[in-house]
Amino acid sequence: MSRRLSKFNGGVHPPQHKTESTRLAISTAQLPKRLTLPLHQHIGEPAQALVQVGDHVLKGQQIASANGYVSSPIHAPTSGTVVAIGEYPIPHPSALNADCIVIESDGEDRWGERMAVADYHDLSPSALRNLIREAGIVGLGGAGFPSYIKLNPGHDKVIKTLILNGVECEPYITCDDILMRERPQEVIAGLRIARHALQAEHCIIAIEDNKPQALAAISAAARDYDYIEVVQVPTLYPQGSEKQLIKVLTGQEVPSNGLSLQIGVVSLNVGTSAAIQRAIFHGEPLLSRIITITGNGVDSPRNLETLIGTGMEELVSQCDGDPEQLGKLIMGGPMMGFALHRTDLPVIKTTNCVLSYHREQMPAEKPVLPCIRCGACMDACPVELLPQQLYWFTRSDELDKAQDHDLFDCIECGCCSYVCPSNIPLVQYYRFAKGEIWIREREREKAELARQRFEFRQARIERRKAEHGSRRKQKARADKQRDAKRAEIQDAVERAKQRREQAMKQAGQWQQERGDDKQDNTQQ
Amino acid sequence: MLVAILSLSLLALALGLALGFAAVRFKVEGDPLVDKIDALLPQTQCGQCTYPGCRPYATAIANGEADINQCPPGGEATIHALADLLDREPKPLNPDNGVEKPKTLAVIDEQTCIGCTLCIQACPVDAILGAAKQMHTVIADECTGCELCLPPCPVDCIDMVPIEQDIMTWKWSLPEVEQVRESDQ
Amino acid sequence: MTEYVLILVSTVLVNNFVLTKFLGLCPFMGVSRKLETATGMALATTFVLTLSSVCSYLVNHYLLVPLNLEYLRTISFILVIAAVVQFTEMVIHKTSPLLYQVLGIFLPLITTNCAVLGVALLNVQQDFGFLQSAVYGFGASVGFSMVLILFAAMRERITAADVPVAFRGPPIALITAGLMSMAFMGFSGLVKG
Repeated sequence: MSRRLSKFNGGVHPPQHKTESTRLAISTAQLPKRLTLPLHQHIGEPAQALVQVGDHVLKGQQIASANGYVSSPIHAPTSGTVVAIGEYPIPHPSALNADCIVIESDGEDRWGERMAVADYHDLSPSALRNLIREAGIVGLGGAGFPSYIKLNPGHDKVIKTLILNGVECEPYITCDDILMRERPQEVIAGLRIARHALQAEHCIIAIEDNKPQALAAISAAARDYDYIEVVQVPTLYPQGSEKQLIKVLTGQEVPSNGLSLQIGVVSLNVGTSAAIQRAIFHGEPLLSRIITITGNGVDSPRNLETLIGTGMEELVSQCDGDPEQLGKLIMGGPMMGFALHRTDLPVIKTTNCVLSYHREQMPAEKPVLPCIRCGACMDACPVELLPQQLYWFTRSDELDKAQDHDLFDCIECGCCSYVCPSNIPLVQYYRFAKGEIWIREREREKAELARQRFEFRQARIERRKAEHGSRRKQKARADKQRDAKRAEIQDAVERAKQRREQAMKQAGQWQQERGDDKQDNTQQ
Repeated sequence: MLVAILSLSLLALALGLALGFAAVRFKVEGDPLVDKIDALLPQTQCGQCTYPGCRPYATAIANGEADINQCPPGGEATIHALADLLDREPKPLNPDNGVEKPKTLAVIDEQTCIGCTLCIQACPVDAILGAAKQMHTVIADECTGCELCLPPCPVDCIDMVPIEQDIMTWKWSLPEVEQVRESDQ
Repeated sequence: MTEYVLILVSTVLVNNFVLTKFLGLCPFMGVSRKLETATGMALATTFVLTLSSVCSYLVNHYLLVPLNLEYLRTISFILVIAAVVQFTEMVIHKTSPLLYQVLGIFLPLITTNCAVLGVALLNVQQDFGFLQSAVYGFGASVGFSMVLILFAAMRERITAADVPVAFRGPPIALITAGLMSMAFMGFSGLVKG
């Protein structure tokens, strides 16, 4: 552990509240009666349902397939019957409903077919990635990015370092800590599989110094592998943010608007690593995860191994909390989580924590005061942005200036809002600005397309008019020609008629003359 | 006296010649400003601005004949963008030209459609698919919500339906404190 | 050499045309709402000022003084300035039609910019030679440009800030200009005289 660590700018030290939920070991949540599985639990396209209402499904059976490259399949967390497929409330800041598959469990928890891999070294990285994809594994650190894409750097990129993120810097959340304490071998095994898929050279497991037991457990499990380095990093929020962690461990910065791949680094969450191990060694797709249930709304905060799709109220009850007395539920932590609009929502693959507040112990509402331009936000920003300027630009609708000031590099960590003496909810402004910019860009593209279609249509109408015009002229010419010809023919016919009349008249005259002659001849 | 008049006239003549030469050398063709303005307009070609399309409106703005607040489909965002481009003060939308409405799409009621093609001829972006005596339908992705197809339809079978928001199109709104501040002003 | 440096420092900082002499306030207030237009205006005025300063020196020295027509100074200077501004307008219309449209009426108004005529007349008053006139004109325009650009940047920030309703727009701009002027008085001891 002699690696020289760098620092990133700013960061804050919020009260950690970690010891509450690490007193008890991981327990398995009770099998719920109903499981609601949203089809969109990851970054990318929502999955497409494969089952129909009334189908009986087994545990681990794929019930929705990935839709396109950036997508992930969904599996039945337990055996049971599909009772509904439709729009149901989901944990999302918009409070909108989305498509879900609802399964009623039959209590038997019967597995379907499982295909374990004996030695993953026999598989090519590409085949390994396919298995990981089919297992529905997405980033369990909170983002939900399909892991098989992360493990696919492309032909031209060499991955020098694979980082396992065991930092877990956000207050209250302890699911990664407890996973590392109790199941370090799973984490290491998953790391080795990921390393094979990436063909990476070196591996680093980063753990904050407020987790000494996890550090000891992981160090012991990694002892036999010389390419795995276990590094202890100082406790600081947001140390666990991917770009910040890479800077601290390697001293290199991920380029603005870029990916860590570009500097030869890939980073995975320890929970994702354990899930990969389960998928490859045991043939089990991602069906459950460890979730921290904590906050003053529950009397026994702890970590529960929970099936995806379990209702949050059930988990609160199992931790000795009363769902009726809940004032607020937050999915995630106090810095980056979002408040939920209902308490009976299902947990999804990216739910790492359910933070509950008792109705009578809600956090104090702090009044928002005007900005005094103190600059504390700038000092705290880990990405070295100018939060104050972004705030003023967003307020005065100068969003292009905000974009020029690297608005899209903001990781929405909340450090600026945390230190603001006027309690201004800065991150909300940036989220609004980003959404607004995306929408405006999309509208501009649409308008451009409409303009092209309009101009093409105008051109087509002009062309048709021109064609009609020339066609009419052609027709007129043809008519004239035909008329002229007809007139000629008429003339010829007339002339012929006249000639015949003439001829007839002549002939008549001659006859008469001959008749007269004859008469003359007879009389003589 | 004569000297004064002569020298001033000479000076004026010299400067005039120089300017004349410069006028020929720096002649300007066309008007690229119109393109820049046109790029900011929503291209619905609806005519609510009293001009027959977005490009004529852009030309009118460039010539100073039209004001920047006459486009309802563009709404406040377009007014701000135009004000920014032309360095003028943004104004509220002129109510004579219409009101800013949420985005809508045209939908044809297939039970009532008689296949007369009048709406197809009216659509400025060719967003309606169909032929004489065949079913007509609006291609949702291409419809700009300009409502020009509504008047020609003889059986009134076209409805403007607001676009539904789902989690893919949803976006964060401004913090409450800001929304309150805006409504105060 | 030091003489020219002195002239430059004097016109840019100590006796700034806008903030100390209070000349050229019209474009200063009118064009400073956006940074891009202010920069465009600054460049245009620099070109006009320097060129007209030189041309008016030439007209004065080779036409008016030899022919004893000093009383025609004002009108002939205006003639020169108007021609230079017309020329600048044509160049801008060709190279940047957007800037041309945005500057609008302020471009031909450079003709009536008292700083331009002021420089021409002050050249005569201070009995400057050819090179000194050129440096004086250039320095004046640099001072004008600098203040215009600084002011535009400040105004952009002020538009976004929480200004009380009664002060929004020209009032707060004028107050800011006054404060800038006071700040520039700090340079008054820099150059003697």
